[in-house]
Amino acid sequence: MKPILVLVSVDSNSVLLGARQFLNYLREQIAEYNLSDTVDVLETGTMGVYTQGVVMAIFPDDVYYAVKDKEDVHKIVTEHLLKGREVLDLTLPKEKLKLFVETAPVSKETRIVLRNAGLIDPKSIDEYIARDGYFALQKVLTEMKPGDVIEVLKASGLRGRGGAGFPTGLKWEFTARASADQKYIVCNADEGEPGTFKDRLIMEGDPHSVVESMIIAGYATGATKGYIYIRGEYYGSVDNIRKAIQDAYEYGLLGKDILGSGFSFDLSVRLGAGAYVCGEETALLESIEGKSGRPRLKPPYPPTCGLFGKPTVINNVETLANVPPIILNGPDWFKSFGTENSPGTKVFCLVGDVVRRGIVEVPMGTSVRDLIYRFGGGLIGGKELYMVQTGGTAGTFVGVDKLDVQLDYDSFAKYGVSIGSGVILVMSEDVCPVDVALNTMEFFLHESCGKCTPCREGTRLAVQTLRRISKGRGKKEDLDTLRSIASVTQEASLCGLGQSITVPLTSIIDNFQKDFEDHIGAGSCPHGVCHFEKSRSKSKVRR
Amino acid sequence: MSKIKSLEDLMKIKEKAVKDLQLRDTNTRGKITVAMGTCGIAAGAKDTLKAIVDALNDFNITDISVVQSGCMGLCEVEPTVEVRLLDCEPIVYGHVTPENARRIVKLHIVENQIVSDLLVRKGEI
Ligand SMILES: Cc1cc2nc3c(=O)[nH]c(=O)nc-3n(C[C@H](O)[C@H](O)[C@H](O)COP(=O)(O)O)c2cc1C
Ligand code: SF4
Repeated sequence: MKPILVLVSVDSNSVLLGARQFLNYLREQIAEYNLSDTVDVLETGTMGVYTQGVVMAIFPDDVYYAVKDKEDVHKIVTEHLLKGREVLDLTLPKEKLKLFVETAPVSKETRIVLRNAGLIDPKSIDEYIARDGYFALQKVLTEMKPGDVIEVLKASGLRGRGGAGFPTGLKWEFTARASADQKYIVCNADEGEPGTFKDRLIMEGDPHSVVESMIIAGYATGATKGYIYIRGEYYGSVDNIRKAIQDAYEYGLLGKDILGSGFSFDLSVRLGAGAYVCGEETALLESIEGKSGRPRLKPPYPPTCGLFGKPTVINNVETLANVPPIILNGPDWFKSFGTENSPGTKVFCLVGDVVRRGIVEVPMGTSVRDLIYRFGGGLIGGKELYMVQTGGTAGTFVGVDKLDVQLDYDSFAKYGVSIGSGVILVMSEDVCPVDVALNTMEFFLHESCGKCTPCREGTRLAVQTLRRISKGRGKKEDLDTLRSIASVTQEASLCGLGQSITVPLTSIIDNFQKDFEDHIGAGSCPHGVCHFEKSRSKSKVRR
Repeated sequence: MSKIKSLEDLMKIKEKAVKDLQLRDTNTRGKITVAMGTCGIAAGAKDTLKAIVDALNDFNITDISVVQSGCMGLCEVEPTVEVRLLDCEPIVYGHVTPENARRIVKLHIVENQIVSDLLVRKGEI
């Protein structure tokens, strides 16, 4: 090892600032001044700051420089490396390097759903009321007819945030129009989509917003009973929702004759046991009924024939949390956020190789790029972005060419980038699309309930085929096989689980076809991720 | 708890709870503390405080609270201001004139950079 080491940031941002040229020049200079025996030069990822130039670190001195041009490199070589004098006007204070990674998002979010999260004590109904909580309910019960509520929701353009994007007002209207002796409101808080955790944070941070909107939904549709179906492992959500329900009862906001209006509504919690398919609305209803969570044949749809065969509204947590502000501020206010066909905001979960993993609430129509770089702070360790999965495990895999697509409920049909439940899974060049596809399909195979053959067998076949490719035994026709599995499973499956596997599967094959092809007939995984088994034929080694 | 029967009941609870909420520090990202001991005030801390509040408003920043404290014991570099962002070491700046206050808000709060020429102390005491 040589006594002096120079580390140069050569991540994508630094490259734009000239990192490669500086690096070459540095090496030339070191040779020119005969320092090659004492100085080692290594490339490294981001050190966090870009604002002042390319970062070069000198060890063991532990000095950091920001380099803007070749002149700076020259100074560092002749002053620091040759004479051991720090070039003070180029040094970067070390705390700056540290600060970057640690701070919270700087970009301003637009908070409707998360309006109270982190602001109020979620266990205090009074603090919810202080932030205008239950004023929407009061307004609805005293000033509006059930039909008015539905009109407001329809006019607002609110669409379901659980993944499918169905217009909420319309859903409520179907149930309102159905005549029955009993109707139900169900909140889907199962949140089984891997990487999604927004509903948990909403329930933990602002449980009353869900309770209040379910009562409003009951009034609007004529339902008098509600269930919140919460994923069993969500202990914090369960505690806070239960406490919210209890306090609402004590204030007379649940139970008989709410606020003296004559309207009565009861609400209770049901726990899920961790099956992904139980997030599918009809499987969820079966589960509440005490049966095993298998999807029902549709139609009939839940709004007319749902829980115990009665008309039932099922809405996602985030969908419901939008309702009280819409009632209080009006549909035009809501439509001032987001895009024409998808008004309002969306809570996104940023996961994977991104600096600031977490949730952000932004207007509909925010681009994938902004989510990753502006709100997420870019990739960790200055890695290169390779692939993004949007919308959750049942969402689309896209490459860097789709970064500027603005996410809303039309972006899938228009550009093949789905919004789904709002997950942005960021993947660097360290991943291999074949490996990722295999993982994804293993998930679906595991979660397929087995009720219908296309999904049960289709997921198995997809896994077998992908496993073969990932072990280096793929055949040319495998990609077509996968495409046909995807389309048959989509066409013939009973529920959304089987129907949606085509989305991740075809998007990853279409957008990363070359990566798949590079596995076939190769000697090792081109990304160095998949473990190839020794093949019988002598295939040529590519790397 | 008694039952809520009307808008008036709801308003009453709201009014009381709003006060409680305001009392509490509701920021999520951090706070700026302006030392307002006599030394600070004599050195112009009131103008500094006003400049900080104005700058935060100009940048539309709502998740930073501004609080006043007594003298921090750095009287020779008054007015002093401490910036404490969530999960970061507190930073104390000295000689914070109104212009410098604006710079601190712009650089440190908005752009996450320490204003090194004003830095007097870093880390907990
Ligand atoms: C396999 C599968 C899993 C689902 N999981 C969830 C879930 O965890 N949470 C959710 O809200 N919706 C989930 N959905 C969507 C629901 O079936 C339903 O569309 C949604 O709850 C409707 O609410 P919304 O209109 O408010 O979005 C899932 C759908 C399928 C097919
Ligand atoms: S599509 Fe899959 S999960 Fe849905 S019913 Fe059929 S087997 Fe079960």
